[in-house]
Amino acid sequence: MSKKILLVEDESALQKSLGDTLREDGFEVISALDGETGERLAKSEKPDLIILDLILPQKNGLEVFQSLKNDELTRKIPVVVLTNLERIEHVEKALEMGAKTYLIKANYTLKEILVKIKNVIEDDLKEKNKG
Amino acid sequence: MLESLNPVSSCKKYSISLWQCPQFLFVVMGIVIILAIIVTYSLAVLKIGDPTIVSLVVLVVGAFLLIMNFTITNSFEKMAEVSKLKSEFIHIISHQLRAPLTNIKFSLDFLTSTKMTQTKEQQEEYYDILRENSTRMGDLIDNLLTVARIESGSFPLTKTEVSLERIAQKLIEKFKPFALASNVKIMLFSADHSLKVLADSLWIEQVMENFIDNAVKYTKGGGEINIKIYKKGNKVFYEVHDNGVGILKRDQVFIFEKFFRSANSLRKQTEGTGLGLHIAKKIIEKMGGKIGFSSQENKGSKFWFNLPTKKDV
Repeated sequence: MSKKILLVEDESALQKSLGDTLREDGFEVISALDGETGERLAKSEKPDLIILDLILPQKNGLEVFQSLKNDELTRKIPVVVLTNLERIEHVEKALEMGAKTYLIKANYTLKEILVKIKNVIEDDLKEKNKG
Repeated sequence: MLESLNPVSSCKKYSISLWQCPQFLFVVMGIVIILAIIVTYSLAVLKIGDPTIVSLVVLVVGAFLLIMNFTITNSFEKMAEVSKLKSEFIHIISHQLRAPLTNIKFSLDFLTSTKMTQTKEQQEEYYDILRENSTRMGDLIDNLLTVARIESGSFPLTKTEVSLERIAQKLIEKFKPFALASNVKIMLFSADHSLKVLADSLWIEQVMENFIDNAVKYTKGGGEINIKIYKKGNKVFYEVHDNGVGILKRDQVFIFEKFFRSANSLRKQTEGTGLGLHIAKKIIEKMGGKIGFSSQENKGSKFWFNLPTKKDV
């Protein structure tokens, strides 16, 4: 069964390029263009991984993250933060909340992001098998 | 070399007033100190019999020096503040440029690394992204240059008699496809067709366009935009009413700020450079007019400006 990834990102251009890359690699991709939709889809679709931008309309990424952590159903879904915010306070906050990685868009190619995402999913699987 | 010794020219470079400029104040201080020493010395020598006057002079000179010191410290503080704002500004610009740049980068990434053959339509979608995002970057840079020009004062305006009504008609025509696609109706109400203002026609058109553009953008899912042009006193008013999403109360104070983003810096406006209204305000004020707005959340907004009517001959 293919893994399901929820991509919460308001730039439709990025939804397309990253979404297409993930789909090409066999992932199932669900898109959310704002924070509220992202949170709702995380709860109803239970994806295997969430890629979360921090700058989002309606509900920002950190708010979405917090409410996912507060919910028993979504608490364990690994979250990868993918954003252009690189202020140390944002990085620290996201990692503190349990983000698996914090990726700054400008510093990575799509291929590198794909590798990071696969690693996170693999680690998560190992963890689950252990427990 | 000599240039750097001239306090007046180096103060002009920072575009601050002479009495706030540290270089100039230091020169004044130096002169005052030398004078004070000479005067006090000569007074003491000549009027040795009256030490009260000598001490009075010393007190006055001392007080003057104290005030001067205070001013200099103050102006240093101001400069530090300006420099802080500038770095904040650079931070925001970089971020604003990075978003479209990332879109371009990732699109190229995909196009060059995809293992599947793309159909022409699929490719076209990516070309559209590339086109759109380079325009976005270009617009931002244009706006930045305008802001820089306004701030440095090198911003020439050629005022002529302009009919706002005619510009409004032209703009409505221009926005028709966009408005139609967003299911928005734009209507113009102008009673007096002969109304004219004194303004720079190019810049005023940009401001009027910005109002309409915002109104259409924030009237999602259909609505009505009413443009009103009328005369009150010796001013001509231009108003754009919409029944769109409105502006949050806590955000309203910042609406004309550079790069305004709503109170929560992580929550972005829909697309836009965040400079349009800031530029509009500067342009209108420079042409001798006023600009303002009123807005209610979920009910809509009204943006207006006024400009002096043409002088009756």
